Amino acid sequence: MNALMLARWQFGITTVYHFLFVPLTIGLAFLTAGLQTAWVRTGKEHYLRSTKFFGKLFLINFALGVATGIVQEFQFGMAWSEYSRFVGDVFGAPLAIEGLLAFFLESTFLGLWIFGWDRLPKKVHLACIWLVGIGTTLSAYFILAANAWMQHPVGFVLDPATHSARLTSIWSVLGNSTAVVAFAHTIAGAFLAAGALMIAVSAWHLRREQNAETLRPTLRLGLATVLVACVLTAVTGDVDGKIMTEQQPMKMAAAEAQYHTSQPASFSLFTIGSLDGKSEVWSVRVPGVLSFLATGSFHGKVDGIDDVQAAEVATYGPGTYTPVIPVTYWSFRLMIGFGMLAGLIAAAGLWFTRRGRTPGPQRRWFWRAAIWSLALPPLAASFGWIFTEMGRQPWAVFGVLATRDSVSPTVSTATVATSLIVLTALYAALAVIEVGLMVRTARRGPEGLDAAPTTDAEPQLGFAY
Amino acid sequence: MSLQELQNLWFTLIAVLWCGYFLLEGFDFGVAALLHVVGRTQEERGVLLRTIGPVWDGNEVWLLVAGGATFAAFPLWYATLFSGFYLALLLILVALIVRVLAIEYRNKETGALWRWRWDVAHTVTGAVPALLWGVAFANVVHGVPIDAAHHYTGSFFTLLNPYALLGGLTTLSVFTLHGAVFLTAKTTGELRQRARKAALRVGPVAAALAVAFLGWTQIDKGTAATAASAAVAAVALLGGLFATWRGRDGWAFAGTGAAIVATTATLFLALHPDVMPSTTSAAYSLTVHNASSSHYTLTVMSWVALAFTPLVLLYQGWTYWVFRARITGRDPLSPRKPQSAGTPEPTAEPAGPAGTAAGTPA
Ligand code: HDD
Ligand code: HEM
Ligand code: HEM
Repeated sequence: MNALMLARWQFGITTVYHFLFVPLTIGLAFLTAGLQTAWVRTGKEHYLRSTKFFGKLFLINFALGVATGIVQEFQFGMAWSEYSRFVGDVFGAPLAIEGLLAFFLESTFLGLWIFGWDRLPKKVHLACIWLVGIGTTLSAYFILAANAWMQHPVGFVLDPATHSARLTSIWSVLGNSTAVVAFAHTIAGAFLAAGALMIAVSAWHLRREQNAETLRPTLRLGLATVLVACVLTAVTGDVDGKIMTEQQPMKMAAAEAQYHTSQPASFSLFTIGSLDGKSEVWSVRVPGVLSFLATGSFHGKVDGIDDVQAAEVATYGPGTYTPVIPVTYWSFRLMIGFGMLAGLIAAAGLWFTRRGRTPGPQRRWFWRAAIWSLALPPLAASFGWIFTEMGRQPWAVFGVLATRDSVSPTVSTATVATSLIVLTALYAALAVIEVGLMVRTARRGPEGLDAAPTTDAEPQLGFAY
Repeated sequence: MSLQELQNLWFTLIAVLWCGYFLLEGFDFGVAALLHVVGRTQEERGVLLRTIGPVWDGNEVWLLVAGGATFAAFPLWYATLFSGFYLALLLILVALIVRVLAIEYRNKETGALWRWRWDVAHTVTGAVPALLWGVAFANVVHGVPIDAAHHYTGSFFTLLNPYALLGGLTTLSVFTLHGAVFLTAKTTGELRQRARKAALRVGPVAAALAVAFLGWTQIDKGTAATAASAAVAAVALLGGLFATWRGRDGWAFAGTGAAIVATTATLFLALHPDVMPSTTSAAYSLTVHNASSSHYTLTVMSWVALAFTPLVLLYQGWTYWVFRARITGRDPLSPRKPQSAGTPEPTAEPAGPAGTAAGTPA
């Protein structure tokens, strides 16, 4: 293990961990805002209760999103100083803009929302939570623009004198096609995650025949959200795939572990073969689907790994330009599989709860699935990132800067090992605390909160401080 | 604007961001450090927490933006500083992470042990960064070993020199004072008395440390400008103490706040035009000129800052206005609501003696 490997593990672990909370924050901010809007418009008490209930779950999650985000912001400089030197001129701008535009907005208005129940006029207070939602989406856009630049660098020149990238057009960076589709895909995924949480929590209570007045509407809301979000992630993911095939052909070939160029190319659901994916023992294949994902036609040509490798050697010089194939292959399938499964469960749920029905005891499997489906979108999203980032290897910035040239040269292996151990242990401890708190709060249900009228001069117990 | 002007502008803006960060998060840290001194019971500590509850996260974003701005405007400074101070920053990060949860999770459960643990964690994770930021800044100003490739060549222990430790004790004590003064202005009754007493106790220590640290900085790196701003810092600090003693809470807070801003300004004045002086050779120092981004990037960033900073200041200022009332513990004579019996529930009370305006917006 050298410092590079450890720094990669650290980046991967901290980022995936951060991204467990991010989609829930984004999705729940809007769903909570929607519930509160329903309350303000209809005056129905149960909307107020669900607003506060999911609002509290949102806050518990948000705190860890903030806590883990701070690490992200610092570790570019700490562990990847050569990267920072090389790309700072381009990459720093979206990051700084994110802070100024998005983080101030979400943190300030969240404070106002939490403590403002009895201080602000109803509609102003409602506007606060909407602004939090807008803040989280802005934040997502800018950071994804930064990330998209690493996938598909645009709007810059290489300055030979300083050996670094120089920004030439901020609009190209912010309008990067990769950023636009990644944003759409990620936000759709965020709603998938938040909807699944809402389903799971509501289902847990409904199955016990409690809180039906408050949580039946949120069950339906969650189900509808997941179904729509599932369709949207599929559509945006499809567009994402086409852009990716154009910009990073290696990644699409690696997604399918396809070594030889084929026309048309089939998509395998499962493969059993050697670990490097080179020899296939058994697989289940759907003809033409990879062609469709990559090109939009069932007969399109998809380049194989060997050809892309040869092409990249011709462009960038000798070297291996192939990512770790089993990782890209499986993470791509698991992303799609877990996400689509969540959609199926939601579709079943909408059917079973149609026109005021409630699934009876013989549908125990459904309640179970609804509760456990909570885990599917976060898994799908984690695999999505692992695919995107691992599929780009060995590049940190595609075609421009290799990952091995990005790491801090003077930070010793022992130092990175220290931070990796400390952060991983800390994150594990925090996970235990957060999950425990989430579960206890969710089980207590909306009645567990002090749902006193908001005109009360006192802050809400457990909600504010 | 010329490249040089832009570089100086961004150096100034980053200085302003750090001033804002220390001014605002400074009292958050101070409240944390004093949590168990001013708050004797769990209920009282809950009241203290409420004074910073609505604003602490917004305060912390000043740090995130300062970090982001440094990355964007001076990538080489960001790279050398963050990789060089790796372990010190890791400590700060761990503290900041745990602190978020200590603040946000404490009242999500009612158990006494749960709350006690988070209160202890909050105190520690407030005090540690308060100390370490001073250590880090003192090192940046004085300079650290940096080689020709702009790589830091020292170790973690290089950072623990006497000047830097003095800097750390200064920030710790000044932030604690600032927090005490803040609490004096934001609470009532016995809590206010205790906070005031704490301020008067910490005050002289903070003043002595600050004068020593600023004096040393002056000898080390001083110019006429740093002498002037150090003098402002000292006068403001003493003025703040005097106002505390006289019971003028608003003025006291203005005094310690001004002292923090002036101290931070002194450090940045002492630094300029370097951003990270090298003690190995002056030729290896990172300066605003050799560490900066391109003209284009700086121009873009300037437009963004120009367009959005006023907006941010406006809504952050509005938050402080909305939550300007003093926070008070529940009056023990008033009847409790049955469903919340036995749980500490601080309430907001309009109008404080310091003349903070009364009432809540309708
Ligand atoms: C698609 C969305 C997304 C992605 C890919 C990332 N983040 Fe994030 N981040 C958010 C979306 C987000 C958010 C929704 O805005 C968060 C999550 C929870 C929260 O409080 O805000 C957040 C919080 C958050 C914070 C704390 C903000 C605060 O105090 O309010 C920081 C400093 C970062 N992030 C920085 C990063 C960096 C440097 C990333 C890249 C490696 C990153 N995030 C990936
Ligand atoms: C925008 C948000 C980002 C997310 C969600 C993300 C996610 C990921 C994931 C899932 C991995 C793979 C984990 C692993 O290898 O164990 C990874 C690796 C990595 N990412 Fe990103 N990333 C993001 C942005 C960035 C940025 C801005 C950088 C800039 C330095 C970066 C650099 C890297 C590096 C160097 C690795 C290590 C490569 C490896 O381990 O194979 N990523 N990231
Ligand atoms: C039919 C379904 C899907 C398809 C075709 C699909 C396709 C893709 C593709 C091609 C990428 C790589 C983009 C790139 O590297 O340029 C990607 C990334 C990603 N996917 Fe999916 N995806 C699907 C479903 C999902 C689901 C259900 C989720 C999670 C809830 C998800 C989350 C992600 C994330 C977080 C990324 C990384 C961000 C990005 O680059 O957009 N995907 N997806």
